[in-house]
Amino acid sequence: MSDPVIRFTNVTTVFSRPDGRGDFTAVDRLSFEIAKGEIVAVLGKTGCGKSTMFKIVAGLIEPSAGQARVIGHDPFREFDFFRGKIGIVFQNDRLMPWRTALDNVLLGLQILDSDPKQAEDTARAWLTRLGLSGHETDYPHALSGGMRQRVSIARAFAVDPEILLCDEPFSSLDEMTARDLRTEFVRLVRQTDKTAVFITHQIKEAMDIGDRVLAFHRPARIAYEARLNATTSDSDRQRVHDDIMRVLSAEPAGTEQGV
Amino acid sequence: MMTMMKNTRTMRALQAAAGMIVLAFGWQILSMIFPHYLFPPVPEIISRTVEVLITGSLLVDVLLTAGRIFGGLLGAFALGGILAMVIGQSRTAENFVAPILTFFQGIPALSWVVFAIIWFHGIEFRVLFIMIMTTLPAFTFQILDAFRSMSKDLFEMTMSFRPSRWTLFRFLIVPTIVPGILTAWKVNLGNAARVVVVAELVGATGGVGYQLLRQQQLFDMAGAMAWTLQLVLFVLVVQQVITAIENWALRYRAVSERAM
Ligand SMILES: Nc1ncnc2c1ncn2[C@@H]1O[C@H](COP(=O)(O)OP(=O)(O)OP(=O)(O)O)[C@@H](O)[C@H]1O
Ligand SMILES: [Mg+2]
Repeated sequence: MSDPVIRFTNVTTVFSRPDGRGDFTAVDRLSFEIAKGEIVAVLGKTGCGKSTMFKIVAGLIEPSAGQARVIGHDPFREFDFFRGKIGIVFQNDRLMPWRTALDNVLLGLQILDSDPKQAEDTARAWLTRLGLSGHETDYPHALSGGMRQRVSIARAFAVDPEILLCDEPFSSLDEMTARDLRTEFVRLVRQTDKTAVFITHQIKEAMDIGDRVLAFHRPARIAYEARLNATTSDSDRQRVHDDIMRVLSAEPAGTEQGV
Repeated sequence: MMTMMKNTRTMRALQAAAGMIVLAFGWQILSMIFPHYLFPPVPEIISRTVEVLITGSLLVDVLLTAGRIFGGLLGAFALGGILAMVIGQSRTAENFVAPILTFFQGIPALSWVVFAIIWFHGIEFRVLFIMIMTTLPAFTFQILDAFRSMSKDLFEMTMSFRPSRWTLFRFLIVPTIVPGILTAWKVNLGNAARVVVVAELVGATGGVGYQLLRQQQLFDMAGAMAWTLQLVLFVLVVQQVITAIENWALRYRAVSERAM
């Protein structure tokens, strides 16, 4: 097997609290590997450090300890290397209010200096694919929450990244739309041979999408891991589902860490 | 909806006009009680004001002053923009530069006039120096505020595409600070218009400040009013232009239909 696309080795992230209540560990010696072409779904209670893990993969924050490697490189230090390689769908839409839907999708392509004509065609195609044709010239304030979320999905996909990080991308959509997009998402990742990490709060969604499901402790560490494929029997799926349920309910409910 | 908005705008214009008419009316009454060299009648002030605007040799003085205001503001804006960007990048730079700017802010315009006369020779240079020194701190702080208000979420999102510094500046920082910059221009325009007449006391042989000084020597109240009004009108017109630019540049903003 080739080198993993993402490799975390004992990654720890400690945030210092501005009010001086000491340090806060969001990620605690997290280790995992993700292979090329894999779709990995990540589950975990709120505040367990899932989004923080994404920020480390995306090179937006540097781990306090441990090592994060993406395609064999340091995502935080090697800024230019990763240009165009990682696409993120953030938990909130993060659209630029001064750009229209189309211009928001174009952002990444413009940063990558793509040919303007081609970039526009690509962006339009993505908006259409996500059911937003006719809204190209709308500003974000004129779009619904679910529409904005889809614009931000289009923005991440439009740059055709090798690695896709999706933080609850379908959470603000109705179940029908979400189901269609889930199918489309898996098809796209497979078709273009991407590697994807997908955060969700729904066990069922995680199992539908993932080749592998990871459940996180709080602070973030692997609490449970299961591999799934087309041949996994229904009874095995049910067992995985129950196991994840059990692992997640064993986690403390509060948002504060035990002292 | 559109007609309602137009109506409110017309209403507001009418109310503003009404206020000015009351003021003019009060002045007219004063002119009937006191001698005309103290309170010249309103029609005389208006005709003198119009005279300045339609007499080429006088209009030149207005344009000269306008040029000095714009020159000073452009200089302060450019310098302030650079300073703000530098300060915005590092706390150390801020700790170092901010007190100096605050110190400058406390120095009266008249002191800068005195310094300029002692230090420099060229009149235009003196005026430019005074204009820049008096508006620079405010410009810098306002641009810095706008820069600091940048959304962390949008910053992270943009950084995830790994832009060059220049691209980051163009795509995120500029759109973020534009509203603050426009407000800063409006505020500083008013300040600059007040400072410029003082600055023109450094020996300018033209400009609104120079003309005001002459009216004082001639004891010509109507003339003094006419030249003062040039400045006031200038500020009003330019502010309207900036507001128009604002409405265009910020057209993406949602307008809440409900007023407070
Ligand atoms: N910049 C920061 N400074 C301080 N604490 C932070 C920071 N970012 C995150 N945290 C803390 O780290 C913990 C993990 O946050 P994170 O956003 O990764 O959680 P999450 O698993 O994505 O939760 P959710 O499912 O609710 O999105 C939280 O307790 C949060 O308060
Ligand atoms: Mg999160």
